[in-house]
Amino acid sequence: MTKNDTQNSLCKKHIRISDIILKALIFLCSAVVVAMTLGMIIYIAVKGMEGMSWTFLSTPAFSYPYENYGVLGNIINTLYLVVITLLVATPIGVGAAIYLTEYAKQGRLTKIIEFTTETLSGIPSIIYGLFGSVFFYNIFKLNYSILAGALTLSIMVLPTIIRTTQEAIKTVPLGYREGAIGLGAPKWHMIRTVVLPSCIDGILTSVILSIGRIVGESAALIFTAGIASELTSFDSIADVFTKVLNQGGSLTVQLYQYAQRGGSEMKYAFSTALVLLVTVLIINICAKLVAYRVRKKRS
Amino acid sequence: MEKASEYAATPAVKPKAASSIRSRRSGLTGIAERAMKYLFTLCGVTAVACVLMITIYMIISGAPAIGKIGILDFLFGDTWYAKNEQFGILPMILTSIFGTLGAILIGVPVGLFTAIFLAELAPKALKNIVKPAVELLAGIPSVIYGLLGAMLIKPLMYDLEEMIFANDPTHKFTGGANLASAIIVLAIMILPTIINISENAISAVPNEYREASYGLGSTKIQTIFKVVIPAAKSGIASGVVLGVGRAIGEAMAIILVAGNSANMPSLFSSVKFLTTGVVAEFAYSSGLHREALFGIGLVLFVFIMIINLVLNGILKSGKKKEAKAKK
Repeated sequence: MTKNDTQNSLCKKHIRISDIILKALIFLCSAVVVAMTLGMIIYIAVKGMEGMSWTFLSTPAFSYPYENYGVLGNIINTLYLVVITLLVATPIGVGAAIYLTEYAKQGRLTKIIEFTTETLSGIPSIIYGLFGSVFFYNIFKLNYSILAGALTLSIMVLPTIIRTTQEAIKTVPLGYREGAIGLGAPKWHMIRTVVLPSCIDGILTSVILSIGRIVGESAALIFTAGIASELTSFDSIADVFTKVLNQGGSLTVQLYQYAQRGGSEMKYAFSTALVLLVTVLIINICAKLVAYRVRKKRS
Repeated sequence: MEKASEYAATPAVKPKAASSIRSRRSGLTGIAERAMKYLFTLCGVTAVACVLMITIYMIISGAPAIGKIGILDFLFGDTWYAKNEQFGILPMILTSIFGTLGAILIGVPVGLFTAIFLAELAPKALKNIVKPAVELLAGIPSVIYGLLGAMLIKPLMYDLEEMIFANDPTHKFTGGANLASAIIVLAIMILPTIINISENAISAVPNEYREASYGLGSTKIQTIFKVVIPAAKSGIASGVVLGVGRAIGEAMAIILVAGNSANMPSLFSSVKFLTTGVVAEFAYSSGLHREALFGIGLVLFVFIMIINLVLNGILKSGKKKEAKAKK
């Protein structure tokens, strides 16, 4: 309506060529971004289906001889990495977020903690890899092992967990806290019974985001968790735990190896990429669902 | 009297009286309360401890090699040849810098325009397509970018290379594994960072700015480029700096497309980045060679720390401006 008005009014619509060009550029760029993303997904899906089969998913790859192509060993290693990393990082991250929002007085210490959290999130994964390979070797005498990889990743996802949880805790209304304290609840009791339950969705989001980072990580893992892709046999329950001290290459690392060897193995690199991509998609959808639940609850 | 002033001075949530009640609480609850407080403080300090540890260990493991090789020979030496114990990383430093600059030159305009689209122009239906695409782009693991780069961009660049250097017998053909391919992969990788942060910054610009601009008779596009973007400047700048950090630290996405020989950077020559040098050689390195790789790590770490400080500076000045604007 407004457009027509100005067109008919005394200020005849002045068409600015620069406006049209810029607008076209804006639309073009957005279209390129969408087309690229879609193209990448379709390309991986098509290429990945070539090498995809139930055997590919259900057998491990052997590093020698390179005859068997599969990712089962890597899927299990990745699961191990996700579980251990979350077990270590979530309590520390949530604890740090609680400290920052509930206990800490605004001052130098909180500023330093917030600055270092920013710094951690800016450090590239390859530095984490280098650091992890020396640090955990020196301190815990860990060689290439899943545990060393998971501990390295724990430091890496810490900023994600701290920041997301902190944001969630901040949204808990002050009235809740006042109510609890007014009833005589001591601080930890108040946090445990009032604050944490009302921001559980936020913590869940941070965990989902972290899983995404862990699954996609590669540079930090090559030097810490190693590249092994064999399946360890689980003969006894003890094996489940001793596995963490063995080498274990994640899906991403296996993808890199397939791609590096190239040739006929390239299609297996794409199949691994497809497995990764589906995982990432599922993670994205989960994050969306949680966010949707939060919005619904608030309104 | 004293009590009253205390109440006035402290906010209602944390009255001093409450702490006196708590101090009287005896037994298990009191112990648990105190224990949890220390535990949370410990968690809070973990991040600080991690950064300290990383800094210390990067210096401990990187500095000796730099000392042995000589800081000038290391930083400004132009030959990297591990067999002859020649460890000059100038080509890698320059490659990383040029690669990052190239990625920014391509990625920032595209990212910024997409952010403008999302924040200002997109109808809701289109926004619901573009936004998830960007989120997905952010979630795709970096090795997959590398794989796609190797399969799709490398051949394209090879064709281009063959066209450009068809009559140049001195050119060493790279088969498409060169700086140009790496720049394109990096540019795509930093898009989500730039789009997300710029979009937030643009959306945060108060509507009054736009209304005032329309009121003066400017068109929508004029308003965006002359009013909204300048107002969102510091936010966009922090997005760019984050993109720089991401590009300079990326390894796995470009290792398959960069070619991996330590040449001085030029668009169509096989190059080695600081990051790809470490990844490619770490597994088989030993002795001084491995120490030198940690030296590269230290150089990279210093770069990242500088970028972090710049980012912090931008954020701080942005906050100050906001505070001023509110006054």
